[in-house]
Amino acid sequence: MEMNTKEKIIEGLLFACAAICVLTTLGIVAVLVIQSVQFFSEVPLKDFLTDTQWTPLFADKHFGILPLLSGTFLTTIIAITIALPIGLTTAIYLSEYASNTFRSTVKPVLEILAAIPTVVYGYFALTVVTPFLQIIFPSLSGFNAISPGIVMGLMIVPLISSLSEDALYAVPKSLREGSYALGSTKLQTAFRVLIPAASSGIIVSVILAVSRALGETMIVAIAAGQQPRLTFDPRVPIETVTTYIVQVSGGDVPHGSLEYKTIFSAGLSLFVITLILNNISFFIKKKYREQYE
Amino acid sequence: MAEKCEVVSQTGMEIAIIEKKMETRIEKQHRIIGAEFMPDENLSTKGNVMNKIETKNVQCWYGDFHVLRDVSISVEPNTVTALIGPSGCGKSTYLRVFNRMNDLIDGFKLEGDVLIDGKDIYDKNIRVNELRKNVGMVFQKPNPFPKSIFENVAYGLRVNGVTDKKLIADTVERSLKQAAVWNEVKDNLHKNALGLSGGQQQRLCIARAIAVQPSVILMDEATSALDPISTGKIEDLIADLKKDYTILIVTHNMQQALRVSDKTAFFFLGDMIEYNDTKEIFNNPQHEHTRNYVGGRFG
Repeated sequence: MEMNTKEKIIEGLLFACAAICVLTTLGIVAVLVIQSVQFFSEVPLKDFLTDTQWTPLFADKHFGILPLLSGTFLTTIIAITIALPIGLTTAIYLSEYASNTFRSTVKPVLEILAAIPTVVYGYFALTVVTPFLQIIFPSLSGFNAISPGIVMGLMIVPLISSLSEDALYAVPKSLREGSYALGSTKLQTAFRVLIPAASSGIIVSVILAVSRALGETMIVAIAAGQQPRLTFDPRVPIETVTTYIVQVSGGDVPHGSLEYKTIFSAGLSLFVITLILNNISFFIKKKYREQYE
Repeated sequence: MAEKCEVVSQTGMEIAIIEKKMETRIEKQHRIIGAEFMPDENLSTKGNVMNKIETKNVQCWYGDFHVLRDVSISVEPNTVTALIGPSGCGKSTYLRVFNRMNDLIDGFKLEGDVLIDGKDIYDKNIRVNELRKNVGMVFQKPNPFPKSIFENVAYGLRVNGVTDKKLIADTVERSLKQAAVWNEVKDNLHKNALGLSGGQQQRLCIARAIAVQPSVILMDEATSALDPISTGKIEDLIADLKKDYTILIVTHNMQQALRVSDKTAFFFLGDMIEYNDTKEIFNNPQHEHTRNYVGGRFG
């Protein structure tokens, strides 16, 4: 075969590989949008956004997404409340206090936390954390938002700690020296110089962690109860957007029915939220890149 | 807390002034009787009160690497001392001995005495952040914090517990004026310091260092990243700051050492080869290495 033809074929193959990702994304968006358009031709958008009940599988059907969103945000807020302090403290410790050998041992171990299958986390929440919390709060329901929220928080700790540690570690040595030379302690240097200097990286890590928590399915499916409820009470069973989608996809809802199409509208809502978050993180990254250089 | 700081540094300043007066008086007396002015090192066992800084047989190691051997120097208050020599000969390490910046490096070890105002700064009772407040430092590359100009200068006060807003504002203004950068930044105090030019950033760093009222300022090649005009401004500033501070500079610029310093120490491969009045070092060097270096034959 001639050299030129070979080159052309290889170039074509490389292009095809790159195109697969893009086409998949486009395909997903197309499916979501097409099915959602059909859904919204039967259910007004206003009802979808304002109705406070989500009962598409019952006789008295309501299509208000708010209960699912409240469940999603509630578990996510609990997760971030747990993960941000722990993750950031870990990052500061690893980057500023720990010795090099300690850091290079502990960091991979922390990242293993992210490699545990989420279904295992789910059972951990249901069988360990919930019973433990029930000792402290006897009124806590067996399925609730707080327990999967906490466990989800632990799951995303490595995401925050690892990325934030990278950001802190990348702050130039000269800024640390400048701060120490003025008589400040390690803690003052960390909180007054390094965290502000690394803030863009830290914010990006938190946004990624939030996206991860919003999209998390297994933990909440197992431990949160699958009961759509517009509430911010962490003690009662709730349902998240992802859990609802699992419930319907796995159940015996006929394809093509209105009930079936609800999962696309729910999925589209989630997609829009994570898309906005990703864009914010992209914007922050771009705007504040190498701010201290 | 703030008031206490001021009191302490004022007394420090007074002592320095008294010392200066005593020193000139003794100098005059010596000149009258025609004797050479040479403080007798046997006078005190733990530091001579005449000297702001004194090191005795200082040795430093990074791990197994012996970076400094037997360096003994005495520095009088309100003088500028230049540390010169080829790269990698221990000048910067020696400079960083005085604010214990080397402590941040794993495997650093020091032997010998380092005295500031007669006190051993490597004593276990010394609080390192107090020491660093008293011994300010300006680095080779300007390193302002990614904060506003005002906050950069206020930083040292804030981390040392000063909360009085008026005191902070006054100190920021005074420090920026003393660092000869006030006129250029006074209308933009709340803009990010990273927007300043390199020379302005470096003078800002000097203002930041003097805001906490140190008595010693260390400058590690503070002008090497700057253009000639900015360098000239900082050299003028050094001459001006001398009346309030004792200054040590590391420089690779022979002309600069000659222009700004009173005394010069020449370092070569971890040894302090020669230490004398700057004029003597440049006009009448005693060692061959020094002669070759200041004559531009190597380095």
